[in-house]
Amino acid sequence: MAHHIEKDEVSGTQTTGHTWDGIKELNTPLPKWWLYTFYGCVIWAIGYTVLYPAWPLPGGATPGILGWSSRGQLAQQMEVAAAAQKDTVDKIAAMSVDDILKDPKLLAYAQAGGAAAFKVNCVQCHGAGAAGGAGYPNLNDDDWLWGGTPDAIYTTLKHGIRYTDDPETRDSQMPNFGIDGILTPEQIDQVANYVVSLSGEQADAGKAEAGKQIFAENCASCHGDDGKGNRDFGAPNLTDKLWLYGGSIEQVKAQINKPRMGVMPAWTKRLDDAEIKELAIYVHSLGGGEAPVTQ
Amino acid sequence: MGADTMTHKGQPSGGGAMVMMALWGLLALLAITLGAKAVDTPYAIHMFIFALAAILALIFKARSFGKPAPDTSGYMDDVVRYGAIATVFWGVVGFLVGLVIALQLAYPAWNPNLEWFNFGRLRPLHTSAVIFAFGGNALLCTSFYVVQRTNRTRLALGNLAWFVFWGYQLFIVLAATGYLLGVTEGREYAEPEWYIDLWITVVWVAYFLVFFGTLLKRKESHIYVANWFYLSFIVTIAMLHIVNNLSIPVSVFGSKSYSLFSGVQDALTQWWYGHNAVGFFLTAGFLGMMYFFIPKRANRPVYSYRLSIVHFWSLIFLYIWAGPHHLHYTALPDWAQTLGMVFSIMLWMPSWGGMINGLMTLSGAWDKLRTDPVLRMMVISVAFYGMSTFEGPMMSIKAVNSLSHYTDWTIGHVHSGALGWVGMISMGCMYHLIPRLYGQKEVYSLRLVSWHVWLATLGIVVYASAMWVSGIMQGLMWREYDANGFLAYSFVETVEAMHPYYVIRAFGGALFLVGGLIMVYNLYRTIKGAQPVTQPVGAISAAA
Repeated sequence: MAHHIEKDEVSGTQTTGHTWDGIKELNTPLPKWWLYTFYGCVIWAIGYTVLYPAWPLPGGATPGILGWSSRGQLAQQMEVAAAAQKDTVDKIAAMSVDDILKDPKLLAYAQAGGAAAFKVNCVQCHGAGAAGGAGYPNLNDDDWLWGGTPDAIYTTLKHGIRYTDDPETRDSQMPNFGIDGILTPEQIDQVANYVVSLSGEQADAGKAEAGKQIFAENCASCHGDDGKGNRDFGAPNLTDKLWLYGGSIEQVKAQINKPRMGVMPAWTKRLDDAEIKELAIYVHSLGGGEAPVTQ
Repeated sequence: MGADTMTHKGQPSGGGAMVMMALWGLLALLAITLGAKAVDTPYAIHMFIFALAAILALIFKARSFGKPAPDTSGYMDDVVRYGAIATVFWGVVGFLVGLVIALQLAYPAWNPNLEWFNFGRLRPLHTSAVIFAFGGNALLCTSFYVVQRTNRTRLALGNLAWFVFWGYQLFIVLAATGYLLGVTEGREYAEPEWYIDLWITVVWVAYFLVFFGTLLKRKESHIYVANWFYLSFIVTIAMLHIVNNLSIPVSVFGSKSYSLFSGVQDALTQWWYGHNAVGFFLTAGFLGMMYFFIPKRANRPVYSYRLSIVHFWSLIFLYIWAGPHHLHYTALPDWAQTLGMVFSIMLWMPSWGGMINGLMTLSGAWDKLRTDPVLRMMVISVAFYGMSTFEGPMMSIKAVNSLSHYTDWTIGHVHSGALGWVGMISMGCMYHLIPRLYGQKEVYSLRLVSWHVWLATLGIVVYASAMWVSGIMQGLMWREYDANGFLAYSFVETVEAMHPYYVIRAFGGALFLVGGLIMVYNLYRTIKGAQPVTQPVGAISAAA
């Protein structure tokens, strides 16, 4: 197309004289506000790169005259946060769990800290409301496998359960009565009926009667003659209608045949002592906590 | 091939066609061999699809023997027509999958017990369907349309444009089926594996050759601004794609490959690619669209030639450095984070230059917004472009990013750009383009276009505001401490709190999809019974 500069009637601006498929362009100058804002952004950008780490050079990037670094900022913020909590945390670390319970201010702090730690570390197994689930104990009730005093909970948290990396871990093992051939399937059926009958649930009376003797010979050493369990072995109370792996005859039989046994990590690998104490106090406060043992 | 390879008028060249057929046959054999020796099922399926495509190409070539050569005197618009229909088709598919995954997020039960259709596999299907299938076809067909008209010449290199179109659809099918089968490189927006990457590289080089070849034989002394943007998009995407996808296949008979990069270098390469996929695919290319179709539709001259030069060069110079802002507060060295941020801030005005040129082109024609819903759609898209290119630099500021990063705010930002800018400008162009490709004066129903405009706008506003609220809430919950200095919320509590906004987001997406379905009906009625029209070279295309 021939160059034909014309004046646009609407804007009074001249065109550039080119036409493409009927499209023309006006020769409008750059909008001033646009240009100066652009310059402003460029100047700001240059200034920012002087203040902060920016230009890569041989031997390392320019550090910026403010001396700022993201790692430095994190370290500083962590320091401020730690300093704000230091006095309280030091006290908690130095005191026993039982003593913390006697100090209302420390107790409130520990419960808040325990709640925060619980949300991050414990809800995955024990649930957001600490109600547990199949295989994971409910922490709200007063049925404790390894003890419900503040100190017992603290020990459980600290060393874990059946956690092989910790020599002081809570440990016990129920034999594989079925798959190892200690009991016959018929005997397992009988003892399962007996176990279920202990909590007053529906069971075959004849089988239960036969199972009583089997229980006394094989189970009572850990679960007690009366079936009320033994916290030294983490052996559950079988008379309270609370079941970790289910309370139907079939579920109890499966558990006798090849028992499942829960594992919890020793939290010292992940949390410091004060945090474990806070968690113990929080769990103790959920509803089923037992009074400290008075010496 | 096209006019160049014809031995005498009316008869296709026997020699050229024979070579092409042999080539397709060899490709089919190669694919069958690779498929037969495949070490994993998805690879075998893909090689089978590839072989099928090559055999179809061979049959198509064989059937053209003895037939009179098509008339190649006018503009090559058949490929534009196919591209426009593909745009509309893939658009609706992409919107639909988007709605499905929005519902999967709001209601996890929508994840079926089949690995092919869970969120993890449908999400890349959605992003690739809207970006590459919908957006890509829109770019292909409009660039072919615009480059011919603004240079007054037919597309270069004969039928190569057809290869580009069908080769691109094959890429889409391979990528999409791959996602469902679990074939992925795990690189966002670059998920397809090595052999699909190689195929799209071949197609892309062909695309470049057609576009650049057409520019070379232009009949205009100056190159129109729309073509600068299209060309920068084609060239830069080639560079980004090749570098980001450098990887070593575990076996030439298997789908898996490993990236050449590792650690933070890998992350930076990925986000250098990812951000410029936004900058060059979703911005530069669509600005090319805007620069042709808005002045055309408004029948007004482009507002400022000078602004178009300055904002073009500043945009493409600055965009390429902004990627590190995706990696704030990560293992990426501080200096790179700083540069990513300041380049993003400097990018604000160059982006707005495009918005100003788009909007101000309407001066003297603002009244048309009342009567022309197609123009209204284009203008709303430019407004969304302006909004998201302000929001983007703002979110790149480290202090803002420390709140917004990893939250739904990012998702909202992406969608106001993708639905608002990319979606609306593409669909606006289709409303303008498709009737003209079929000799119709206007689309079947402007009233339905108006419905589409408002449904889509409302959908985006609902979507983006839900994500702003959800994202900012999420970011604030993550960083909230109680009086004792303990974290106030666990992660799952933040997820729970987002549920209502996820439902609202899905509703916004549904509105957008309904608008898209109305468009399908409207365009179907437009071309039903109409005949494709070939425009003679040099004829000026109709304005609104």
